[in-house]
Amino acid sequence: MLFSNILIYFVIIPLLMLGGFSLCRGEKAVRAVAITGSVLLLGLSIWVLCDYIALRRAGETAEMLFQGSWMWYEPLNIHLAVGVDGISIAMLLLSSIIVFAGSFASWKIDNIRHFFMWLLLLSTGVFGFFISIDLFTMFMFYEVALIPMYLLIGQWGTGRKEYSAMKLTLMLMGGSAFLMLSLIGIYYQAGLHSWNLLEIANNAHIDKSWQYFLFPMCFVGFGVLGAMFPFHTWSPDGHACAPTAVSMLHAGVLMKLGGYGCFRVAMFLMPEAANDLAWIFLILTGISVVYGAFSACVQTDLKYINAYSSVSHCGMVLFAILMINTTAMTGAIMQMLSHGLMTALFFAQIGMIYGRTHTRDIRLMGGLMQIMPFLGVGYVIAGMASLGLPGLSGFVAEMTIFVGSFEHADMFHRVFTIVATTSIVITAVYILRVVGKLLFGPVQDPHHRELTDATWWERTSVVTLIVCVAGIGCFPEFFEWLIRYTFNHDIFHAIPAAIQSVGI
Amino acid sequence: MDYSQFLVMHREIALLAVFLVVFLYDIFMPKRALGATSWVAVGAFALFTAYSFLMPGTNETAFAGMYVSSGACAAIKNILNVGVLIVLIQATKWADSDLQIMRRGEFYELLLITLFGMYLMISGRHFLIFLIGLETASLPLAAMVAFDKQRYESHEAAVKYMLTAVFSSAIFMMGLSFVYGLTGTLYFSGIADKLSEASPLLICALAFVIAGIGFKLSLVPFHLWTADVYQGAPTSVTAYFSVISKGAAAFAFMVVLAQCFGAFYADVWEWMLYALIILTITVGNIFAIRQKNMKRFLAFSSISQAGYIMLGVEADSAVGLTALMFYVLVYIFSNLAAFGVIGAIENKTGKVEMTDYNGLSRTNPWLAFAMMLAMFSLAGIPPFAGFFSKFFIFTGCLSQGSVAIYILVLIALINTIISLYYYLLVVKAMYISPEEPQIANFRSACPERIGLWICVLGIIALGIVSFFYDSIYTAASTAGIFASL
Repeated sequence: MLFSNILIYFVIIPLLMLGGFSLCRGEKAVRAVAITGSVLLLGLSIWVLCDYIALRRAGETAEMLFQGSWMWYEPLNIHLAVGVDGISIAMLLLSSIIVFAGSFASWKIDNIRHFFMWLLLLSTGVFGFFISIDLFTMFMFYEVALIPMYLLIGQWGTGRKEYSAMKLTLMLMGGSAFLMLSLIGIYYQAGLHSWNLLEIANNAHIDKSWQYFLFPMCFVGFGVLGAMFPFHTWSPDGHACAPTAVSMLHAGVLMKLGGYGCFRVAMFLMPEAANDLAWIFLILTGISVVYGAFSACVQTDLKYINAYSSVSHCGMVLFAILMINTTAMTGAIMQMLSHGLMTALFFAQIGMIYGRTHTRDIRLMGGLMQIMPFLGVGYVIAGMASLGLPGLSGFVAEMTIFVGSFEHADMFHRVFTIVATTSIVITAVYILRVVGKLLFGPVQDPHHRELTDATWWERTSVVTLIVCVAGIGCFPEFFEWLIRYTFNHDIFHAIPAAIQSVGI
Repeated sequence: MDYSQFLVMHREIALLAVFLVVFLYDIFMPKRALGATSWVAVGAFALFTAYSFLMPGTNETAFAGMYVSSGACAAIKNILNVGVLIVLIQATKWADSDLQIMRRGEFYELLLITLFGMYLMISGRHFLIFLIGLETASLPLAAMVAFDKQRYESHEAAVKYMLTAVFSSAIFMMGLSFVYGLTGTLYFSGIADKLSEASPLLICALAFVIAGIGFKLSLVPFHLWTADVYQGAPTSVTAYFSVISKGAAAFAFMVVLAQCFGAFYADVWEWMLYALIILTITVGNIFAIRQKNMKRFLAFSSISQAGYIMLGVEADSAVGLTALMFYVLVYIFSNLAAFGVIGAIENKTGKVEMTDYNGLSRTNPWLAFAMMLAMFSLAGIPPFAGFFSKFFIFTGCLSQGSVAIYILVLIALINTIISLYYYLLVVKAMYISPEEPQIANFRSACPERIGLWICVLGIIALGIVSFFYDSIYTAASTAGIFASL
């Protein structure tokens, strides 16, 4: 029964891989298991995607497909409940692509067996989070995804790794402390004796005064992981010190857990409070968007630049979600996909460049395009996606977000939309500055001339990500269809009329 | 008198039988057979544990209601038995060491007797029985603390413990005398019937009772003995202290408060506990950050853990009781794993400072792994059992549902972050610190490894397999929620 549900394999495959790693002797076996597993995961998510499309085309109208629910803790009515809609599938696809690319990017890491064990524990958490529709299991997987970061950064990181690992873990777990309280609060205040997301959304109405209490905690709890100002400070340090694959997974997938959680739990279950309190968080995320971009302009460490740019782009995700209208929310999901892929591409290449030059300071590097053209071109493509060049993913996402935001006719929303839009220009400034300094211009260090270009496993990682970035950019209507279906048919019909009048 | 009443106490009687077996074996067996004393104790206790698990926990009373047996009492006794069994297994190496070999029989005997006292505390429904249990459970512990005869700290700790234990008992009895003055009875049910209003005398009495048991549980501000005693006592005794006597006292505390003073929850003791919990968790955590000695460190960590256990008492409901018992169960496994590692290293090298653990993962990967799981479980990180017990105790506490309780839980949750910090310090020393390893690779003794394996399996399985929580819940709720625990 449990094993007949396809979604459960998203958790079982990583767990089997964990078991496989513990049996492995030698690096080759570890790599073999890692690659096999990540290919399986990728295949599984594509399979689920196709199945989902087929079912939808056949006229399936359930809110979530592939649902399954198994009793776990009976006294508290906790289930292991799974189910996906278009948004979750998009996230699953993103995660499996990044796990795949990340496995290739960490081909030559020390102590590879333990590294992959922690990485796969992290992935278990991520996949488990995206497939869960039970608040308890969702929260459990959320925390499972957080703690391996500590050891991954601490053991395999660079620079001030002990400090950064501790800071990151404590801040994220601090967020999840608020989250835990708000989830238990939702359970009691909904009064259904149920942790099931859909049941609560469809059948319960949380008292408005409780919503005012629980919503901010829930939103901040997830928002910490979404790098919302002023809780973003773990992000630059953490990303800068993390090893390549961890930066990729973290910026690419883990930060999306925050946005997804804000949307799926905070906004979905407490829509009235979301509507009334959105302005507070709009101000905070607006600051994230602009401040992140400005900070990126003055950094000289490649990873810090991208970490701050992540703060800015992830801020955009939360910003768009808070607009509470279909267009902006569609844009938010697109932005999650786009930013996940693009930033993973960035971090992969930064890791590769750092592995060769042993520095990430852009003042010490230059002219790398002559030396390693493959990585150079990849970096430019990632940069173009980041600054929103049409044809790549960033453009589609940001365009949708800003069009959606501008649909609000009042002064407050329009002013903030305009302020946030400036980040596009600032992004162009820091991206072009780095590209110009790093890739073109004179070679700064004569030793760099002897460096080699990307190896085959690095190329695999980079090409996969570039194809996906371009894929979203060229076929946005497909992804939009996948996501929009959810907004139009699945979730929001359940939301009280109070919110529907706002414009969903 | 109907002597068949004694059969209601069959668990206590069986425990006394174990005690007698060990005692007689230790005294009468020829010297060459004494090498097996430890294994006789462990084996007899293992049989007793199995017996206790197999016997159903029926609802019965004996001696005119002074003693009750119920599903909940049986469940907490079983939980304690498992913990004691692990402690005994882990202690064999230490007890068989040259310095202790002459006295190891006494160690097992004293330990079993204190457990007997805890049983009386758990099942007693008359303050006389309760008090006898409390004293039996605490006085022999002083002798156990002083067991490392050649170490000065051990003596100091024993004296400290003795003085505070006696003092706290005196305070507790003062409270009882007030209660007796108010009601004229010492039966729990009688007290609940006769008390009608929250008079100042009752408030005083409650404060004294809570302070008296608070000493046993080392709640702040009654915790001052804890760190020194934990540090000075032999590691096995510290392990016993930190989990078993705490677990028994917590359960008994809940029974006393709910059964005798249940009517005054909202007026009186909800707020007393409220303040105690906040103080206990916060002070325990803040002091734990600064500790360099592993045993002192775990002493403060166990103070703050006691605060979390008290959240179950604060819930004042069957869900809270279940959460409390489950928390104790998980805490037993997590803390004993930590003490198992500390004991193994101490027995081998004599090192107990946190800096000694630097780079342990490179020399002794399995010990480091067990310690890491213990730390994660204590900090409440999924998928380990500690996460589930923390989640359930918060859920249990929030079943009260007032805004004040939400704030209390929020403070407790923020404290989990502080505790995560210092638990991660240990993980950091073992896994991340670049310094040279202080402890060379060694193979720990077989019983130590068995004990650690049990703990590690428990940490992994207790949360993921819902069976344990479900059976505790059944036990706690079939006893007819609070009326007849």
